[in-house]
Amino acid sequence: MSAIYILWLRELKRYTRSRAQIVASLGQPMLYLLVLGFGLGPVFKRAGNGNYFQFIAPGVISMSVLFSSIFSGLGLLWDRQFGFLKETLVAPVPRIQIMIGRTLGGSTVAIIQGLLVTLVCVLAGFRPVNFATVPIALGFMLLIALLFAALGVAIGSSLQDMQGFQLIMNFLVLPIYFLSGAMFPLADQKLPLRIATGIDPLSYGIDGMRSVLLGTSFYGVYTDLTVMVVLGALLMVFGAYRFSKIEI
Amino acid sequence: MIRVRNLKKDFGSFTAVNDVSFDVEAGEIFAFLGPNGAGKTTTIKMLTTLLKPTAGSIELDGLDPLTHQNEARKRFGIVFQDPSLDGDLTAWENLEVHGVLYHVPHKVRRQRMEELLKLFELWERRNDQVKKFSGGMKRRLEIARGFLHTPRILFLDEPTLGLDPQSRNQLWTHVKKVNETEKVTVFLTTHYMDEADRVAHRIGVIDHGKLVAQGTPKAIKEQTGAESLEEAFLALTGSTIRDESAGAADQMRQFAKMWQGGRR
Repeated sequence: MSAIYILWLRELKRYTRSRAQIVASLGQPMLYLLVLGFGLGPVFKRAGNGNYFQFIAPGVISMSVLFSSIFSGLGLLWDRQFGFLKETLVAPVPRIQIMIGRTLGGSTVAIIQGLLVTLVCVLAGFRPVNFATVPIALGFMLLIALLFAALGVAIGSSLQDMQGFQLIMNFLVLPIYFLSGAMFPLADQKLPLRIATGIDPLSYGIDGMRSVLLGTSFYGVYTDLTVMVVLGALLMVFGAYRFSKIEI
Repeated sequence: MIRVRNLKKDFGSFTAVNDVSFDVEAGEIFAFLGPNGAGKTTTIKMLTTLLKPTAGSIELDGLDPLTHQNEARKRFGIVFQDPSLDGDLTAWENLEVHGVLYHVPHKVRRQRMEELLKLFELWERRNDQVKKFSGGMKRRLEIARGFLHTPRILFLDEPTLGLDPQSRNQLWTHVKKVNETEKVTVFLTTHYMDEADRVAHRIGVIDHGKLVAQGTPKAIKEQTGAESLEEAFLALTGSTIRDESAGAADQMRQFAKMWQGGRR
């Protein structure tokens, strides 16, 4: 237990010490939120879909959670490069505990990041329809964070150096974001896009957030919850398995 | 304490360690010598559960590190050849993480951390982030960390690399001390033959993945008719420089690893 705690704490310390990175990682969500949110607002409204800024805010919050959780998992690559990974791998602690400590740490960081973006959203005018359901939205944030931190660990365990990083970014992380319906409504899409968004786990996370924050949902909140929990658990097991197989 | 039989490790078509067998008795200081790329680090990685051998068997204190990973890991401590510190954490925090991972009780941990930081002259800098440290300071911190818990077996993979004579002297004095007072078995590699001669009870010489000689420093010198261990070492391993082939082997390993991922 103490091993999980100390590794969780380590992730947090690393996060709070890289202030420049915290500010930098707020830049991208703010661009999406303020530029797209306000820029596309009039068109969205004219199409009869309501307030685009309200619609996009849960998507942008999820995006920041997605990015920081998956990157924390991929932080394995840095640790491999700088050697700290070895130190944890030879320690007399079951690797599952090391993996859990890292994943929880990464998820915590992702949630803090998500809350910062939420704050920006609220300052810019975002209002949930019902404040009582905000804790449930937090639960969805946690699920998104855990799922993608585990995915990051699974991928980070299989990559040997930083060269694969760009590949992951362009062919996995960005598609997950763009196909998730973070920026467009999932309803009334053509079949290929419907399939693509349907297999993207983030779609369910964002849909869940929207259903509790805005009261509109495409898949239904229970489907969202089930998919996130089941897939999250599976990825957790898979990540732990991959992590246990690391050789240096 | 350490028992190795017919140990072999292949990376693709390259054999890094080939049919190596040796024993290290409890309480012994065993020096593992060899040119660059001879297979020293690969052997240590297999002994410390970081790599799986292709063939052969290992016993650490009677335990097979393949089947009893965690039990085996409890038995040893290691100072790696290349850096393994977290640069974003302070010196103190690096030791703290290590102490917690190795289940050193809180009180003992604090006390030993202070002792070791003072011994290796890092106490004043304990609250600085490690990334601000010089190479020598990082090295000293890694060594201090290796002594934080008292393992039964201590692996030191070229611990004196990049250290000044003062720190080196400090290190070996401390190694001898824990060996004598706490009966810690020490398995070390080094490129400084005089150190091996001075510290080690027994020596094994490895070259091209094969163990070419083993015995006491005296026996090895007699076997080759050499005056010093350095001469004996050169007589056993030849005087060609190995960096080139080692580099290629390393690269190949890197390459193979990159594409195979962890699927081996």
